[in-house]
Amino acid sequence: MRGLLALLLAAMAMPIVAQGNAPPAPYAYRQLDDPAKEAAAQELMETLRCLKCQSQSIADSDAPMAGDMRHQVRIRIAAGENPEDIRSWLMQRYGDYVSYAPVVSASTWPLYALPVVFLLIVGAILLRRFRRRA
Amino acid sequence: MGWRMWLPLMVFALFLGLAAYQLTQPKDEFVESRMIGQSLPYFELPAATEDLPGVSSKDFADGKPRLLNIWASWCLPCIAEAPQLEALKEQGADIVGVAIRDDPADVAEFLARHGNPYSRIGRDDLSEVQLGIGSSGVPETFVIDGKGTITYQHIGDIRADDVPLLLEKLREAGR
Repeated sequence: MRGLLALLLAAMAMPIVAQGNAPPAPYAYRQLDDPAKEAAAQELMETLRCLKCQSQSIADSDAPMAGDMRHQVRIRIAAGENPEDIRSWLMQRYGDYVSYAPVVSASTWPLYALPVVFLLIVGAILLRRFRRRA
Repeated sequence: MGWRMWLPLMVFALFLGLAAYQLTQPKDEFVESRMIGQSLPYFELPAATEDLPGVSSKDFADGKPRLLNIWASWCLPCIAEAPQLEALKEQGADIVGVAIRDDPADVAEFLARHGNPYSRIGRDDLSEVQLGIGSSGVPETFVIDGKGTITYQHIGDIRADDVPLLLEKLREAGR
């Protein structure tokens, strides 16, 4: 009885923050007919970051806005646009945030420079030790 | 040896301090638009409700600065924002709405219940305008100058103390 009640209540539950009743964009969940183009779109979508959900790609997210972004990506790919051009179109609007493909920029260069600095320091220390022993 | 013995510990303490500092910093979840200072992209949206006309990017090129409010009838913070939009309208702001993934009946009901501060509302079912101007959520409000250039972005619902700043940004855009 209790189980049945729980089931009934669960069936009546409504999402607290609904994101509208509008149907998803046509190409949010529909693949392109051309497998090569769909593969290119998929590859790009996996490296674009969902704006609403922080740590998911738009390929992984069910947020309606991610669906609208997938629609954009698919119709642009279908129209023959280059995937990297679509990425830069989005980056012109949202900055580095929207892309999972790393770029060297004013805020990311230490990530690339520090390993080199550490290697140089280690090299210098090792060199001194070997020389001392010899 | 001497002091050098403590060097690794010092480096470790440095990392610990850095991590502790980062943990105390508030998380900034806002994704700011990079379109500030740029022109609105071309768009033409149909009307989101029967009572008001739709929105086109050309509507922003008549010399009058406007507010472009990205909202939706299903968006809860938009309800909290409604009185502030009303106040902005009363103080002379022309507010153009873009309703995201919305339904005409829902839009009409929202306006009847929470007031209508808009001169036009466009219907953006595919978030095209939203993506085009670098907006990442609802509600967001952009200041557009009389030539159609985006001059300011307000992220999130407008609180009572944001109203003077937005009016000031509108005045700046009108200069």
